[in-house]
Amino acid sequence: MDGALVVVQLLNGIQLGVLLFLVAAGLTLVFGIMDFVNLAHGALYMIGAFICASLTLALDSFLIAIALALPATFIVGYLIERVFICHLYHRDHLDQVLATFGLILVFDTLVHMLWGPAGISYPLPNWMNGQVNLFGFVDFPLYRLLIIFSGITVAIGLYFVIVRTKTGMLIRAGASNRTMISALGVNINQLFRYVFATGAMLAGFAGMIIAPITEASIGMGSDVLLIAFVVIIIGGIGSIRGALIASLIVGLIDTMGRSFLDDLMKLVVSNQAAETSAPALSAMLVYILMAAILFFRPQGLFPPKTR
Amino acid sequence: MFKKALLAAAVCGLISAPAFAADSVKIGFVTTLTTGAAVIGNDMKNAVDLAMEHIGSKMGDLDVEMIFEDDGFKPEIGKQKTDKLVKSDDVDFVAGFIWSHVLLASRKSALDAGKFLISSNAGPSQIAGKLCHENFFSTSWQNDQTPMAMGEVLNRNGVKNLYIMAPNYAAGKNMSAGVERTFNGTIVGKDLTKWGKDAQLDFSAELAKVKSSGAEALFVFYPGKAGGAFIKQYQQSGLSESTKLYTVFTVDAISLPKLQAGKLEGVLGSLATQFWSPDLDNAQNKKFVSSFKEKYGTYPSFYAAQSYDTVFLIKSAVEAVNGDLSNMNGMRAAMEKADYPSVRGPYSYGKNHFPIQNFYLREAVVDADGNWTTKIVDTIYENHQDTYVSECPL
Repeated sequence: MDGALVVVQLLNGIQLGVLLFLVAAGLTLVFGIMDFVNLAHGALYMIGAFICASLTLALDSFLIAIALALPATFIVGYLIERVFICHLYHRDHLDQVLATFGLILVFDTLVHMLWGPAGISYPLPNWMNGQVNLFGFVDFPLYRLLIIFSGITVAIGLYFVIVRTKTGMLIRAGASNRTMISALGVNINQLFRYVFATGAMLAGFAGMIIAPITEASIGMGSDVLLIAFVVIIIGGIGSIRGALIASLIVGLIDTMGRSFLDDLMKLVVSNQAAETSAPALSAMLVYILMAAILFFRPQGLFPPKTR
Repeated sequence: MFKKALLAAAVCGLISAPAFAADSVKIGFVTTLTTGAAVIGNDMKNAVDLAMEHIGSKMGDLDVEMIFEDDGFKPEIGKQKTDKLVKSDDVDFVAGFIWSHVLLASRKSALDAGKFLISSNAGPSQIAGKLCHENFFSTSWQNDQTPMAMGEVLNRNGVKNLYIMAPNYAAGKNMSAGVERTFNGTIVGKDLTKWGKDAQLDFSAELAKVKSSGAEALFVFYPGKAGGAFIKQYQQSGLSESTKLYTVFTVDAISLPKLQAGKLEGVLGSLATQFWSPDLDNAQNKKFVSSFKEKYGTYPSFYAAQSYDTVFLIKSAVEAVNGDLSNMNGMRAAMEKADYPSVRGPYSYGKNHFPIQNFYLREAVVDADGNWTTKIVDTIYENHQDTYVSECPL
């Protein structure tokens, strides 16, 4: 285990973390403010990736494609809220889960019909494909570094909006006590519609920037959704700060587990047992953490201040 | 009176039905038609449809009824679908199966019901060895064989140290065991990654480990959509300068068109071992590849080739017994001869009913029309038999 490898794996973990944050941010706000369980959030991650893939291949420019795909996913998110979600707020969680699970199936099939089952792979601009030398002793893929930067930029931007602006104050108030804020004359439904669409856009953005690495594929949203729920449970439902910190924790645990767990396990069990059980165990680590959090601190690490 | 006649007719029907030979051959084909892996299943289905067209949906005098089922990439669903095929559809043959874990879960349902089970892809070591069965046949290979050939290639190329990456499931372990069996150098590292419906597609941590291990060569097995994702990340990680990539079942007619669309030229020139390639020179293969390209616009994958062969293998069995589907022994004896035009050329069966066949080295190249495909550059093994056959009690 050498220093350069540890640094690279730390960066890989942070990169995974900021990606999870982009998905979890919208999810935690929607869950926190409107008490609405949105399983279809992952579908927007997938839609973002597919829209961006088509635009990249059509326009031959990844950056322009992202610039156009962002408002497109915002609109898709807005329409979903307008057409489906707004009817479900008064229902209980089971109805919401069933309805949004249905939406997942609808979107998966829709993508299958529009883009085919194969998934789309799209190229990055050449200048993004290289390596950069960091601190003089590690090489790291430039594109992954850009993901970290854009994720952190979004996090700072969100923090600013939520902590320093009036809209942000209303969102925080909504997360704390929805009835009170609507009694004070704020149109919480209108506010929520934009929060939902923004969350959709952020999830879409995550999909757009990961797809050049893993490619846009059907079901990519469901994979990330599960782990995003783990993130918001660890971080505290409704808390952006919690989502950020929990995302980084989960990203680091997952990456570090995959990197070093098998070597550690080889010290105590046979090589073959370590090789086959380490990946399973490292996939479990974040769920073990979640279980521990639920047991010792069920409200999450950084719950929004309520009541 | 009328009632009586009806009853008599019904009784007659019941008694006489088994005496007549069936008027159609029913084949159940289990593959993956949903999730990202549907791209493989569709390729197999296309090949079966093409084969049905080429035989005019007839085997001897019998009509052929093909029933496709989707396993959803899950062993438990595959088993349910196999149960449905043997119990409610009462098929004569169960074929297909991309995934080793799905085949392992489903085999008992088909074999206990006394049906023939034909794997058009998966070749887990258990079924070649201890779990071998007289009614099981493979038109593909045993999982270990292709990577064993790759180990041989690595030796010939003078590779001294190797890093292995594969998914953590039955076939992934077989692939890794296969290359380890024949490779003479040292294995400096090995990663088995999460697989299934929520498979790991981001290999950043593993690629960083490969880089820091200083391995000369990297051996991977990533079938389906993971293959494209892996190749991209391999290229982005800058590993290609220090570590040469050797693959099995990863660079194929499924991943190459996508890699071409994504302009990932790093994959061209990469080496893989395989029992078949679109450019293999025999009449059946030429007909298969050209009509497949004409009908679907792409090169067939090896999954398609095996599925196409499956239909012709079954046809040879049905015709050998003149359509008497109750003659299991006759059909088994016919299939054991492998007496049909295979797209890989002639081959024979071992006692565990896995093919004894050649393995070639394929290189990813650009064809005359500018499409990316694979070309045979060398023959690694001639008439190679898997190693588990000695454990088969048949």
